[in-house]
Amino acid sequence: MSKIEKGLLYSESHEWVKVEGNVAVIGVSDFAQAEMGDITYVDMPDEGDEVTKGEDFGALESVKASSELYSPVSGKVVEVNSELEDAPELINEDAYAAWIIKVEMSDTAELDELLDAAAYEAIAK
Amino acid sequence: MKYYDRLIFELSKKGRTAYTLPESGCPAESIPAGLQRAQAPGLPEVSEVDVARHYTNLSQMNFGVDTGFYPLGSCTMKYNPKINEEIAAMPAFQGLHPLQDESTVQGALEVYYEMDKALASITGMKHFTLNPCAGAHGELTGLMIMRSYHMHRGDLARTKVIVPDSAHGTNPASAAVCGLEIVEVKSGANGLVDVESLKPLLGPDIAGIMMTNPNTLGLFEKDIKEIAALVHECGGLLYYDGANMNPLLGMVRPGDMGFDIMHLNLHKTFSTPHGGGGPGSGPVGVAERLVEFLPVPRVEKLEDGSFHVVRNCETSAGQVSAFMGNFGVILRAYAYILMLGKQHIKMAGKLATLSANYIKECLKDAYKLPIESVCKHEFVFDGLIDDGSSTGKPGATTLDVAKRLLDYGFHAPTIYFPLLFHQALMIEPTETESKETLDLFIEVMHEIAREAAEDPDILHGAPHLTPISRPDETTAARNPILKFE
Repeated sequence: MSKIEKGLLYSESHEWVKVEGNVAVIGVSDFAQAEMGDITYVDMPDEGDEVTKGEDFGALESVKASSELYSPVSGKVVEVNSELEDAPELINEDAYAAWIIKVEMSDTAELDELLDAAAYEAIAK
Repeated sequence: MKYYDRLIFELSKKGRTAYTLPESGCPAESIPAGLQRAQAPGLPEVSEVDVARHYTNLSQMNFGVDTGFYPLGSCTMKYNPKINEEIAAMPAFQGLHPLQDESTVQGALEVYYEMDKALASITGMKHFTLNPCAGAHGELTGLMIMRSYHMHRGDLARTKVIVPDSAHGTNPASAAVCGLEIVEVKSGANGLVDVESLKPLLGPDIAGIMMTNPNTLGLFEKDIKEIAALVHECGGLLYYDGANMNPLLGMVRPGDMGFDIMHLNLHKTFSTPHGGGGPGSGPVGVAERLVEFLPVPRVEKLEDGSFHVVRNCETSAGQVSAFMGNFGVILRAYAYILMLGKQHIKMAGKLATLSANYIKECLKDAYKLPIESVCKHEFVFDGLIDDGSSTGKPGATTLDVAKRLLDYGFHAPTIYFPLLFHQALMIEPTETESKETLDLFIEVMHEIAREAAEDPDILHGAPHLTPISRPDETTAARNPILKFE
């Protein structure tokens, strides 16, 4: 049974969002990391890149598969977690601590379309 | 199997040699100083018997279609008849050089010309280029032709290619390399492309659609005529991924289904070595209106009956490989086609289809069959019906089943593809295997299912009998060591 952290917002494509003011901290759920297996590479955007809700901003690679990362919100990437470049396993160890990018949101109303922990639990199985 | 993992460099002993090279006819001074090596190359120093034993031992660590059953879905690992090798080893073919004068290679050019005709006749396309060197190379070539066609008409808005969610991963990859944007179309509950989901995607920005028929579930896309009409109506082209051509040989032709461009994998459907066994070949065929966009060089027959290499063509999508592709592979496939002939080629597809359906029906009591239907040359299970988790231990997965098969001397099937199911296990027996081999495989798969139900740990630890059990793929991917010392 994968862990679903309360207080975060989730997308149907298994990304989580933690809202810090106007900034969305984005990672992937514990369910997603468990499905992927041991992650070997995280493909991330550059700081300053624009991301669009529903479009891919990078990818996860594991021994088993490669999977795109879809942005749950639109805006500008203000920070990427460079620790993941050399240590992609951090996502396997704690998917909620290992954030991937931080996005300055251009439209916070997009958050309303995301799922809360209870609603996400229904699809993460 | 005896375990052998030495590197030839580990066998090296200083001063040991097998041959003495003749005196160089080229004095060292004649090579400009900047181009001379500062030190001797680090080649292994070994005797002839060292070399012979080393490579013989390594070759015995291999599993190939000459060793046993190789049911790798979507890969058509059919037997490579030895007559193909005999033909390719004929001195007149073996000694050819690609820069020889045209007049001295008329026989080889005739093989190109006749192979183009044979493939066109099998598939219902107008002409083929034999130049692409692999399946995905063929896909890229085909998409370049698609793009050239639209650009030649001055229609620059067509930048998107539709790819079904069940497609081979190479399809979207090739489209991306070609600079096209990928739009996914979903499959319906029956595993086929859903026409209603396709309709809203079609428009003036669509360059074409890439499809496999039968698709990656081994199911025939029965709405293909309607799909072809819809795509053509919106101005797009249909691309046929020929990886699954085997069951259709001599029965149905992609050209008649409405496809405009297609590739074939000679190393799948046409029995040339595959999977580490040799280079591939991915000829691309096109409908009549696209012939002018085929890559150069191409071979044509002149009025006097001689063959000529066309190297320039203004509308061509360009040159896609050095010279004219992998001639040795083309030659082997041509031998295979001639050997079967028009009368017998359709038996290949029929037998491949019969074998796949036989295995599927015999095993569906132990493995989940997500779509109950007559399949073509392959089919997909979605894991075990009883994975053993009722024993309180973690259940056995598709990966575990595949690993356990190695203990019984079979190559593993394709696993975790297509992505439509969580525990996909894709089996393609081909027409190569006798009923006795198929029965033995079915018996083993049943035995593995029984083991899983009683004690899934037997599978978790598998393979138990191979020289290496489960390599640490994660560490290998995260920290690859790519050179000796």
